[in-house]
Amino acid sequence: MAAPSIAAPPAAAAATPQAEDLYRQSLAAACASCHGTQGRARGDVAWGALAGMPAAVLAERLRAFKAGTRPSTVMQQLARGYSDAQIDALAAYFAAQAK
Amino acid sequence: MSMAAPSRERRRLLAAAAGLSAGWLGGCAGRAAPPSTARVLVVGGGYGGATAAKYLRLFSRQSLDVMLIEPRQSFVSCPASNLVIGGSRTMADITRPYDDLGRRHGVRVVRDTVTRIDTAGHEAVLAGGATIGYDKLVLSPGIELMWDEVEGLREAHAAGRILQAWHAGAETLALRRQLEAMPDGGVFAIAIPEAPYRCPPAPYERACQAASYFKRAKPRAKVLILDANQEVTSKGALFRKVWADDYAGMIEYRPQYQCVAVDARAGVLHFEVQDDVRADVLNVLPPMRAGALAVRTGLATANDRWCLVDWLDLQSTVARDVHVLGDSLQVAPAMPKSGHMANNQAKVAAAAIVAQLRGWPVDPAPMLANTCYSFVDATRAMHVASVHRYDPAQRTYLPVQGAGGLSAAPNEHEGVYGWNWARSIWDDMLA
Repeated sequence: MAAPSIAAPPAAAAATPQAEDLYRQSLAAACASCHGTQGRARGDVAWGALAGMPAAVLAERLRAFKAGTRPSTVMQQLARGYSDAQIDALAAYFAAQAK
Repeated sequence: MSMAAPSRERRRLLAAAAGLSAGWLGGCAGRAAPPSTARVLVVGGGYGGATAAKYLRLFSRQSLDVMLIEPRQSFVSCPASNLVIGGSRTMADITRPYDDLGRRHGVRVVRDTVTRIDTAGHEAVLAGGATIGYDKLVLSPGIELMWDEVEGLREAHAAGRILQAWHAGAETLALRRQLEAMPDGGVFAIAIPEAPYRCPPAPYERACQAASYFKRAKPRAKVLILDANQEVTSKGALFRKVWADDYAGMIEYRPQYQCVAVDARAGVLHFEVQDDVRADVLNVLPPMRAGALAVRTGLATANDRWCLVDWLDLQSTVARDVHVLGDSLQVAPAMPKSGHMANNQAKVAAAAIVAQLRGWPVDPAPMLANTCYSFVDATRAMHVASVHRYDPAQRTYLPVQGAGGLSAAPNEHEGVYGWNWARSIWDDMLA
């Protein structure tokens, strides 16, 4: 990959697919504080790793936390902060990460 | 003697003396002739800075040159440091090396202190003598304790009589030793400044940790919380219930006690309005502001205390290409000054910096989350959580309505989670 240049033009209006990919990484990075960088959690914590989890499974779990139907200590409270579109983006991101 | 910037050759020599590579030289000269790789200088290796350094490498797919300047040999966590004061954890438990940032992520970690930032010239001067040019600078300076706001405190602290233990490190253990040396029947007083200050629930957690230790070792000892605020500033109902249920007769909470002077020799605290208080061990936290380097650089423009940023990219409102993180910021509504928040801010800033250096627009809708555990004894913890979204109309973060919340009560299950949170976020920053 080419190194970024500081001579690059000023910010353009439209986000490219590459930029959108960066935004998705940034969104998912909030989860990494507990669930590990890129979703690879420590092996000795109570919560699971997210990396490589099928997108449908993770999206369903996050929606269940959000709806209050899946028990939790903190995840119900956090999941309520995210839109359905954000939940889908998070699920797709983690599904694509190597375990 | 000319005040002109050092020549390129001079900088090369200075940097070589400090063990830095020639690739880090340039400053203005480098900007005149763009280098092939952009340089980001990260100042401060706490929750904000260490996270930023790692994620700048990750988000740029290892294409940015990232240098982290941090004077300490190892990272010592403020979160969980109260457990050392309570005696259930050791300093080794809350200390982590910086080695993986270099070895696994290619961050250049330099053990030094930045003494000056020339924001116009895009250069930082290190105590070791080197001048480092940058394209982007991330400043995560933490907080400075405003000693002179409490008369006599600077001298009492320098003499080791009144500790702060608010920067985790040697003082954390020193305060533990003072509690160990205190006789049974003695009084430990903790004085809390008016909000905002670093880590709102931490003073109340510290009171619980001291009381938890006293309950086992000195059952006649007392903990006095002398709070400049009107009410417990975080997890108030939960802490008050713990004090009533578990530490009745041991912890006493007094709101509206603003400490204005200390007499360390007599062990007496003086307050703005209330009567003097005498105690055997004094832990006086003065008002706080952004870390000294931020203040010196002219970035702390909110009440001369906190740094203002554009929340989309965490860029200072007064210094172009300087991105400020963590406890030094003038906070958005309902945003705590916490390590977890600094870790999340660092990721938003890292993504914005990568986007800007590539000429892409920055993420127009960034998100931040916070989870904070407080331990009420050796094993039980309780949390507060929140989610914050960027609001384009108000150009700040707002807490997402309906999200976030508190534990129902402290318990051992969350105690396990709290310790796992700490180890996980240290990995996320450093491993």
